[in-house]
Amino acid sequence: MADRATFADQAMDLMPSLYAAALRMTRNPSDAEDLVQETYLRAYRGFGGFQEGTNLKAWLYRILTNTYINTYRAKKRRPDETELDEVEDLYLYRRIGGLEAAMAGRSAEDELLDRFTDTEVKEAIESLPDNFRLAVLLADVEGFSYKEIADILEIPIGTVMSRLHRGRKALQKRLYEYAVDRNLTPTRP
Amino acid sequence: MSDCEDALHELYGFLDGELTDDRRKLIQHHLDDCQPCAEPYDFEAELRQVIRRKCQEQVPDTLVAKVRTAIESAGTDPDALIN
Repeated sequence: MADRATFADQAMDLMPSLYAAALRMTRNPSDAEDLVQETYLRAYRGFGGFQEGTNLKAWLYRILTNTYINTYRAKKRRPDETELDEVEDLYLYRRIGGLEAAMAGRSAEDELLDRFTDTEVKEAIESLPDNFRLAVLLADVEGFSYKEIADILEIPIGTVMSRLHRGRKALQKRLYEYAVDRNLTPTRP
Repeated sequence: MSDCEDALHELYGFLDGELTDDRRKLIQHHLDDCQPCAEPYDFEAELRQVIRRKCQEQVPDTLVAKVRTAIESAGTDPDALIN
Protein backbone atom coordinates (compact mmCIF):
# COMPACT_ATOMS: atom_id res chain seq x y z
CA MET A 1 0.00 0.00 0.00
CA ALA A 2 1.22 3.45 -0.88
CA ASP A 3 1.86 5.83 2.01
CA ARG A 4 1.14 9.49 2.40
CA ALA A 5 4.70 10.79 2.25
CA THR A 6 5.02 9.08 -1.13
CA PHE A 7 1.87 10.79 -2.26
CA ALA A 8 3.19 14.22 -1.35
CA ASP A 9 6.51 13.52 -3.07
CA GLN A 10 5.16 12.17 -6.31
CA ALA A 11 1.75 13.70 -6.84
CA MET A 12 2.76 17.29 -6.18
CA ASP A 13 5.28 17.16 -9.02
CA LEU A 14 2.43 16.44 -11.44
CA MET A 15 0.45 19.53 -10.53
CA PRO A 16 1.59 21.71 -13.47
CA SER A 17 0.24 19.24 -15.98
CA LEU A 18 -2.97 18.61 -14.01
CA TYR A 19 -3.55 22.34 -13.62
CA ALA A 20 -3.04 22.93 -17.35
CA ALA A 21 -5.52 20.16 -18.13
CA ALA A 22 -7.98 21.58 -15.60
CA LEU A 23 -7.77 24.97 -17.30
CA ARG A 24 -8.51 23.44 -20.71
CA MET A 25 -11.46 21.57 -19.19
CA THR A 26 -13.09 24.33 -17.15
CA ARG A 27 -11.86 27.24 -19.30
CA ASN A 28 -11.37 29.48 -16.29
CA PRO A 29 -8.67 29.79 -13.63
CA SER A 30 -10.92 29.89 -10.60
CA ASP A 31 -12.77 26.68 -11.52
CA ALA A 32 -9.47 25.07 -12.55
CA GLU A 33 -7.97 25.75 -9.12
CA ASP A 34 -11.02 24.30 -7.37
CA LEU A 35 -10.93 21.27 -9.65
CA VAL A 36 -7.24 20.60 -8.98
CA GLN A 37 -7.67 21.02 -5.25
CA GLU A 38 -10.66 18.68 -5.18
CA THR A 39 -8.70 16.17 -7.28
CA TYR A 40 -5.76 16.15 -4.88
CA LEU A 41 -7.99 15.75 -1.86
CA ARG A 42 -9.87 12.86 -3.43
CA ALA A 43 -6.61 11.29 -4.53
CA TYR A 44 -5.13 11.67 -1.07
CA ARG A 45 -8.12 10.03 0.52
CA GLY A 46 -8.00 7.19 -1.94
CA PHE A 47 -4.24 6.83 -2.05
CA GLY A 48 -4.31 3.69 0.06
CA GLY A 49 -6.07 2.03 -2.85
CA PHE A 50 -3.48 3.13 -5.36
CA GLN A 51 -1.14 0.33 -6.31
CA GLU A 52 2.47 1.43 -6.20
CA GLY A 53 4.31 0.71 -9.40
CA THR A 54 1.25 1.45 -11.53
CA ASN A 55 0.79 4.72 -13.36
CA LEU A 56 0.27 7.51 -10.82
CA LYS A 57 -0.23 10.14 -13.50
CA ALA A 58 -2.97 8.15 -15.23
CA TRP A 59 -4.63 7.49 -11.88
CA LEU A 60 -4.65 11.20 -10.99
CA TYR A 61 -6.03 12.08 -14.43
CA ARG A 62 -8.82 9.62 -13.95
CA ILE A 63 -9.80 11.36 -10.71
CA LEU A 64 -9.42 14.77 -12.36
CA THR A 65 -11.58 13.75 -15.30
CA ASN A 66 -14.26 12.12 -13.16
CA THR A 67 -14.41 15.13 -10.88
CA TYR A 68 -14.68 17.44 -13.86
CA ILE A 69 -17.41 15.41 -15.52
CA ASN A 70 -19.43 15.00 -12.34
CA THR A 71 -19.03 18.51 -11.00
CA TYR A 72 -18.58 20.91 -13.87
CA ARG A 73 -20.01 19.27 -16.91
CA ALA A 74 -23.23 18.56 -15.08
CA LYS A 75 -23.79 22.31 -14.88
CA LYS A 76 -24.40 22.74 -18.55
CA ARG A 77 -25.55 19.99 -20.83
CA ARG A 78 -23.64 20.13 -24.06
CA PRO A 79 -24.53 18.01 -27.06
CA ASP A 80 -21.38 16.58 -28.58
CA GLU A 81 -21.09 13.96 -31.29
CA THR A 82 -23.37 15.85 -33.64
CA GLU A 83 -21.78 19.19 -32.93
CA LEU A 84 -18.68 18.69 -35.10
CA ASP A 85 -18.64 19.31 -38.82
CA GLU A 86 -17.16 16.66 -41.04
CA VAL A 87 -13.66 17.80 -41.88
CA GLU A 88 -11.27 16.19 -44.34
CA ASP A 89 -8.13 14.37 -43.17
CA LEU A 90 -4.87 16.34 -42.94
CA TYR A 91 -6.92 19.53 -43.02
CA LEU A 92 -4.17 21.89 -41.92
CA TYR A 93 -1.38 20.17 -43.82
CA ARG A 94 -3.32 20.42 -47.06
CA ARG A 95 -3.64 24.17 -46.55
CA ILE A 96 -0.37 25.29 -45.01
CA GLY A 97 1.89 22.23 -45.24
CA GLY A 98 4.39 21.29 -47.90
CA LEU A 99 5.75 24.78 -48.16
CA GLU A 100 9.29 23.82 -48.98
CA ALA A 101 8.59 24.41 -52.63
CA ALA A 102 7.15 27.84 -52.00
CA MET A 103 9.46 29.06 -49.28
CA ALA A 104 13.20 28.53 -48.99
CA GLY A 105 14.35 26.11 -46.34
CA ARG A 106 13.03 22.98 -44.73
CA SER A 107 11.92 24.77 -41.57
CA ALA A 108 9.41 27.08 -43.25
CA GLU A 109 6.32 25.21 -42.11
CA ASP A 110 7.76 24.66 -38.64
CA GLU A 111 8.15 28.41 -38.26
CA LEU A 112 4.65 28.91 -39.55
CA LEU A 113 3.18 26.57 -36.92
CA ASP A 114 5.23 28.30 -34.28
CA ARG A 115 3.57 31.62 -35.12
CA PHE A 116 0.34 30.47 -33.54
CA THR A 117 0.21 32.14 -30.13
CA ASP A 118 -0.20 30.18 -26.90
CA THR A 119 -3.64 31.75 -26.54
CA GLU A 120 -4.73 30.64 -30.01
CA VAL A 121 -3.69 27.04 -29.42
CA LYS A 122 -5.34 26.96 -26.00
CA GLU A 123 -8.55 28.52 -27.33
CA ALA A 124 -8.62 26.12 -30.27
CA ILE A 125 -8.57 23.17 -27.86
CA GLU A 126 -11.09 24.81 -25.56
CA SER A 127 -13.45 25.35 -28.50
CA LEU A 128 -13.89 21.58 -28.98
CA PRO A 129 -16.99 19.91 -27.55
CA ASP A 130 -16.27 18.16 -24.24
CA ASN A 131 -15.83 14.57 -25.37
CA PHE A 132 -13.47 15.48 -28.18
CA ARG A 133 -11.60 18.00 -26.06
CA LEU A 134 -10.86 15.47 -23.34
CA ALA A 135 -9.58 12.87 -25.81
CA VAL A 136 -7.36 15.36 -27.67
CA LEU A 137 -6.06 16.82 -24.43
CA LEU A 138 -5.13 13.44 -22.99
CA ALA A 139 -3.46 12.22 -26.20
CA ASP A 140 -1.84 15.25 -27.78
CA VAL A 141 -0.97 17.37 -24.76
CA GLU A 142 -0.42 14.69 -22.12
CA GLY A 143 0.78 11.85 -24.31
CA PHE A 144 -1.38 9.08 -22.85
CA SER A 145 -1.82 5.87 -24.85
CA TYR A 146 -5.20 4.85 -26.31
CA LYS A 147 -5.52 2.22 -23.57
CA GLU A 148 -4.78 4.74 -20.81
CA ILE A 149 -7.29 7.19 -22.27
CA ALA A 150 -9.89 4.43 -22.49
CA ASP A 151 -9.32 3.68 -18.79
CA ILE A 152 -9.35 7.34 -17.76
CA LEU A 153 -12.56 8.17 -19.66
CA GLU A 154 -14.11 4.72 -19.14
CA ILE A 155 -14.92 4.27 -22.82
CA PRO A 156 -13.87 1.60 -25.37
CA ILE A 157 -10.59 2.06 -27.27
CA GLY A 158 -12.51 2.30 -30.56
CA THR A 159 -14.40 5.28 -29.16
CA VAL A 160 -11.11 6.88 -28.07
CA MET A 161 -9.79 6.53 -31.61
CA SER A 162 -12.87 7.96 -33.29
CA ARG A 163 -13.04 10.91 -30.89
CA LEU A 164 -9.37 11.61 -31.46
CA HIS A 165 -9.77 11.39 -35.20
CA ARG A 166 -12.65 13.82 -35.34
CA GLY A 167 -11.38 16.05 -32.54
CA ARG A 168 -7.97 16.50 -34.17
CA LYS A 169 -9.51 17.47 -37.48
CA ALA A 170 -11.80 19.99 -35.81
CA LEU A 171 -8.83 21.41 -33.91
CA GLN A 172 -6.92 21.84 -37.17
CA LYS A 173 -9.87 23.58 -38.74
CA ARG A 174 -10.02 26.02 -35.84
CA LEU A 175 -6.28 26.70 -36.08
CA TYR A 176 -6.62 27.32 -39.78
CA GLU A 177 -9.30 29.92 -39.09
CA TYR A 178 -6.85 31.74 -36.82
CA ALA A 179 -4.18 31.52 -39.51
CA VAL A 180 -6.53 33.05 -42.07
CA ASP A 181 -7.71 35.77 -39.68
CA ARG A 182 -4.13 36.82 -39.03
CA ASN A 183 -2.88 36.43 -42.60
CA LEU A 184 -0.44 33.72 -41.57
CA THR A 185 -1.30 31.63 -44.59
CA PRO A 186 1.28 31.68 -47.36
CA THR A 187 0.55 32.59 -50.92
CA ARG A 188 1.24 29.60 -53.05
CA PRO A 189 3.24 30.14 -56.26
CA MET B 1 -4.10 -0.48 -50.75
CA SER B 2 -0.88 0.99 -52.00
CA ASP B 3 2.05 1.61 -49.63
CA CYS B 4 1.27 5.33 -49.70
CA GLU B 5 -2.39 4.83 -48.78
CA ASP B 6 -1.33 2.46 -46.00
CA ALA B 7 1.16 4.97 -44.67
CA LEU B 8 -1.33 7.84 -44.58
CA HIS B 9 -4.04 5.63 -43.14
CA GLU B 10 -1.78 4.74 -40.21
CA LEU B 11 -0.32 8.18 -39.63
CA TYR B 12 -1.91 8.75 -36.23
CA GLY B 13 -1.36 5.17 -35.10
CA PHE B 14 2.30 5.68 -35.91
CA LEU B 15 2.63 9.09 -34.24
CA ASP B 16 0.67 7.87 -31.22
CA GLY B 17 3.04 4.94 -30.78
CA GLU B 18 0.18 2.47 -31.19
CA LEU B 19 1.50 0.27 -34.02
CA THR B 20 3.19 -3.10 -33.58
CA ASP B 21 6.96 -3.09 -34.08
CA ASP B 22 6.64 -4.86 -37.42
CA ARG B 23 4.05 -2.45 -38.68
CA ARG B 24 6.01 0.57 -37.48
CA LYS B 25 9.17 -0.65 -39.22
CA LEU B 26 7.31 -1.19 -42.48
CA ILE B 27 5.89 2.32 -42.38
CA GLN B 28 9.22 3.82 -41.38
CA HIS B 29 10.87 2.04 -44.27
CA HIS B 30 8.30 3.48 -46.64
CA LEU B 31 8.70 7.00 -45.22
CA ASP B 32 12.48 6.82 -45.70
CA ASP B 33 11.89 6.28 -49.40
CA CYS B 34 8.80 8.39 -50.01
CA GLN B 35 9.09 12.13 -49.52
CA PRO B 36 5.40 12.87 -50.35
CA CYS B 37 4.37 10.62 -47.43
CA ALA B 38 7.14 11.81 -45.09
CA GLU B 39 5.98 15.42 -45.40
CA PRO B 40 2.56 15.09 -43.73
CA TYR B 41 4.16 12.88 -41.06
CA ASP B 42 6.71 15.58 -40.26
CA PHE B 43 4.01 18.22 -40.32
CA GLU B 44 1.71 16.36 -37.92
CA ALA B 45 4.62 15.55 -35.59
CA GLU B 46 5.66 19.20 -35.52
CA LEU B 47 2.08 20.32 -34.93
CA ARG B 48 1.86 17.94 -31.97
CA GLN B 49 5.00 19.46 -30.46
CA VAL B 50 3.73 23.00 -30.99
CA ILE B 51 0.41 22.16 -29.31
CA ARG B 52 2.15 20.54 -26.35
CA ARG B 53 4.61 23.38 -25.94
CA LYS B 54 1.99 26.12 -26.12
CA CYS B 55 -0.37 24.54 -23.62
CA GLN B 56 2.01 24.77 -20.66
CA GLU B 57 0.79 26.64 -17.59
CA GLN B 58 2.39 28.11 -14.51
CA VAL B 59 0.70 26.81 -11.36
CA PRO B 60 -0.23 29.66 -9.01
CA ASP B 61 1.82 29.49 -5.78
CA THR B 62 -1.38 29.99 -3.84
CA LEU B 63 -2.82 26.77 -5.28
CA VAL B 64 0.26 24.73 -4.33
CA ALA B 65 0.06 26.16 -0.82
CA LYS B 66 -3.68 25.47 -0.53
CA VAL B 67 -3.28 21.85 -1.58
CA ARG B 68 -0.31 21.30 0.75
CA THR B 69 -2.18 22.78 3.68
CA ALA B 70 -5.29 20.74 2.97
CA ILE B 71 -3.29 17.52 2.75
CA GLU B 72 -1.25 18.24 5.86
CA SER B 73 -4.26 19.00 7.98
CA ALA B 74 -5.98 15.91 6.61
CA GLY B 75 -2.94 13.83 7.56
CA THR B 76 -3.79 14.04 11.24
CA ASP B 77 -7.54 14.26 10.83
CA PRO B 78 -9.00 12.32 7.88
CA ASP B 79 -12.47 13.74 8.65
CA ALA B 80 -11.16 17.18 7.72
CA LEU B 81 -11.27 16.04 4.13
CA ILE B 82 -14.96 15.47 4.11
CA ASN B 83 -16.59 18.73 3.26
